[in-house]
Amino acid sequence: MPGGYAGKFLDVDLSKEKVKDTVIDDETLEAYFGGRGLGTKILWDRIGKKWSKVDALGPDNIFMALTGPMTGIYPGGRICCTGKSPVSNGTVGSTASTEFAPELKMAGYDGVLVTGKASSPVYILVTDDGGEIRDASHIWGKVGEETIKILNKEVVDELTDRKPNIGRWREPGTIYIGPAGENMVRNAAVMSKICHAAGYGGYGAVMGSKNLKAIAAKGRGSLPKVFAPEAVKLLWKKVHEGTISRDAFRRQGTGYAGWSVGANTSSEPVRNWQEEWHDERSMGGPMFETRYWVKKYWADFNCTTSCMKISCIKSGKWKGDITDMPDYELQAYCGTNFGIFDAGDTIHMSALIDNLGHSGINGPNTMAFAAELYQRGILKEEDFGFKIEWGDAEAFTKLAWLIAKREKIGDILAEGTYRAAKKIGEMRGVDCMPYAIHVKGIEIGAHGTRSDVDYTHDISYAASVQGGDHTSIASDGFREMTGAVFSDSGVYCNFCGASTDIIFDYAKAITGYHMSVDSWRRWNGPRIITLQKALLLLGGPDVVWEPIKDDDNPPRFYEPLPSGPYKGKTTDKALVESKRATYYETLGWDERGIPTKETLDRLDLGDVEPSMKKLRK
Amino acid sequence: MSDPIWIVRDYERCTGCRRCELACSIHHDGWMWPEASRVRIFMPFPGVEVPHLCAQCDDYPCVESCPVDALSVDEKTTAVIVDRDACTSCGKCIEACPGDVPTLHPGDNKANICDLCDGDPECVKVCHEARYDALRLVHERMSKNRKLFARDPIDVAKDIAVKLFGEKGEEVI
Repeated sequence: MPGGYAGKFLDVDLSKEKVKDTVIDDETLEAYFGGRGLGTKILWDRIGKKWSKVDALGPDNIFMALTGPMTGIYPGGRICCTGKSPVSNGTVGSTASTEFAPELKMAGYDGVLVTGKASSPVYILVTDDGGEIRDASHIWGKVGEETIKILNKEVVDELTDRKPNIGRWREPGTIYIGPAGENMVRNAAVMSKICHAAGYGGYGAVMGSKNLKAIAAKGRGSLPKVFAPEAVKLLWKKVHEGTISRDAFRRQGTGYAGWSVGANTSSEPVRNWQEEWHDERSMGGPMFETRYWVKKYWADFNCTTSCMKISCIKSGKWKGDITDMPDYELQAYCGTNFGIFDAGDTIHMSALIDNLGHSGINGPNTMAFAAELYQRGILKEEDFGFKIEWGDAEAFTKLAWLIAKREKIGDILAEGTYRAAKKIGEMRGVDCMPYAIHVKGIEIGAHGTRSDVDYTHDISYAASVQGGDHTSIASDGFREMTGAVFSDSGVYCNFCGASTDIIFDYAKAITGYHMSVDSWRRWNGPRIITLQKALLLLGGPDVVWEPIKDDDNPPRFYEPLPSGPYKGKTTDKALVESKRATYYETLGWDERGIPTKETLDRLDLGDVEPSMKKLRK
Repeated sequence: MSDPIWIVRDYERCTGCRRCELACSIHHDGWMWPEASRVRIFMPFPGVEVPHLCAQCDDYPCVESCPVDALSVDEKTTAVIVDRDACTSCGKCIEACPGDVPTLHPGDNKANICDLCDGDPECVKVCHEARYDALRLVHERMSKNRKLFARDPIDVAKDIAVKLFGEKGEEVI
């Protein structure tokens, strides 16, 4: 067995209330590594042949929480949540930093695969003694903070009862959903640690569809043994030296970007992307830090980047709200994109969105979309039961609850931006797509492409197999394979990065695989991306994307920026088309973005060919 | 410096990275094994991270409680030293500890207590490397004060929560 793996996966069928251990063969592990890569392969093997008939929110879908061989051992341990995405109908490798990941490995498991649907709310507990399904009716309906509080105590009490004499038990690592996930808000997140989310893909809704409130893990074993332990120990020190040397980022995190991205690169969503520029210094980093940060350095397992900070509001109407900085994405999506330019209001909105288990980017994207429809008179006060003006944090608070509970117009908005745009468009006889900021259903992260000076450009989202996901953008179809495709599969945090060579030395020392940067860029990465692309193209049952046509930016990204230093600039459509063509060609996809037979054969994906052949006509 | 050493814990500076656990277990067990670590971070609510390790009480109730004399005090460092061959895994030291600090090692099931790495604690080194300094070495004479730090980690966490979050902190743990 290669190093870095615990050696088995927990296979849970909630309909049959059965739990068993599953082993995945070494060859598959070597080819797909873990996390995003392995998850895509498991999905193809288990439900690929009937993919377009599988309802992502039905019992046949598989919810997966997967580690990779690098998780916990490489700095910045994360979990990768995946399955058929109810948003894109493809797959997303959606990762979150959480102690759940190393705890799972220390309990002896590389991942949890959940199929079926429980007859009443449950959670899964994973310990050294195996997995078990436990009643969760007492935590169903609870927000994040309450869920953590109850589960931490309950699991510690239970483990103490079972083994009282070994010393004090610590709390488990946990992933969970909030009310949004429970009510199958289509783009809801899998949450951890009140404010960490596997946000893209809607896997919170998938957990909700299975009546699965949480998975908790507590292990007493070591992290898995590795191929070359002495080399790993040296590399461990070296990578940490690198992360520790990044002074400014450690000190500020991404939380200083709320003003600067708007003001400098002019690529921050403002009022549902009607603008991408603002010069509101009230949203600057110090406004969060001086008044609200109660912990300046906050980290996850084996991380010295500590880009996270803890904010708490201790006075005024939002007293008691706790969140991280918030990080840049939520500063933008729970602040500027609501027309909110106040640090306290933004912290409140972030804390609420996280507590409800909305995905902090995707849920608020839909909320701002609704607010723009209100601004344009397409949705009215009676649809909401209240007025919804830009900048009104109280109104957006009500809207967050309305969607989480699927009340009034919230029931339609809970379908996510794209589906809500379709439905409201039909209801009101107006085309709402110009206001829907998504790519293939996945609402876009808080980095625009129009100014072209941020890290996101022309085909970043348009060509990505994960749509609007800002953490895994398309660039050249080659070097990107050792970026997010690799880190989401090794499952560690991008913000604990090192040079590609060091990362690969680390990976080799852990696993013992004969792997290289080149082999990942030519084989492993393209294999994962191509399989993801195939599943995305198959899609269904409710939405099927059109080849090439839907590999594009939303209409708004082609409107000229109306304000700021890049006023008049917009995404270059001709450039999108030419770079997209090059991207397809590099990956061996045909001119419509469908993987060719030769490519599938070359990547050992021959069994995907029959379904792709049908698409090629 | 002739005074013995002691590890000061600065709870608010602890980020919860748990590198101290990794360094401790690499030193003592040869590999990354947080539950075998002699220092363990309790984190009952996000943001509330409590490093939990032996406080080397002046009267050593754990040493006193051991029925087979498996525990002794290192005269140079004041650390509690476990004779793993003599230890019978009875758990009396855990009961005797006012802070519920010792554990039975998840590997050999023997009493697991901080030995201060013979004067150069690994946990302190990695915490300092990261410039967190939540665990810091001081040279100070034996003091009754030490025992004040041998406290139930959840009680400590409840205090920290209030300090960080104000009134809201009363209800999160």
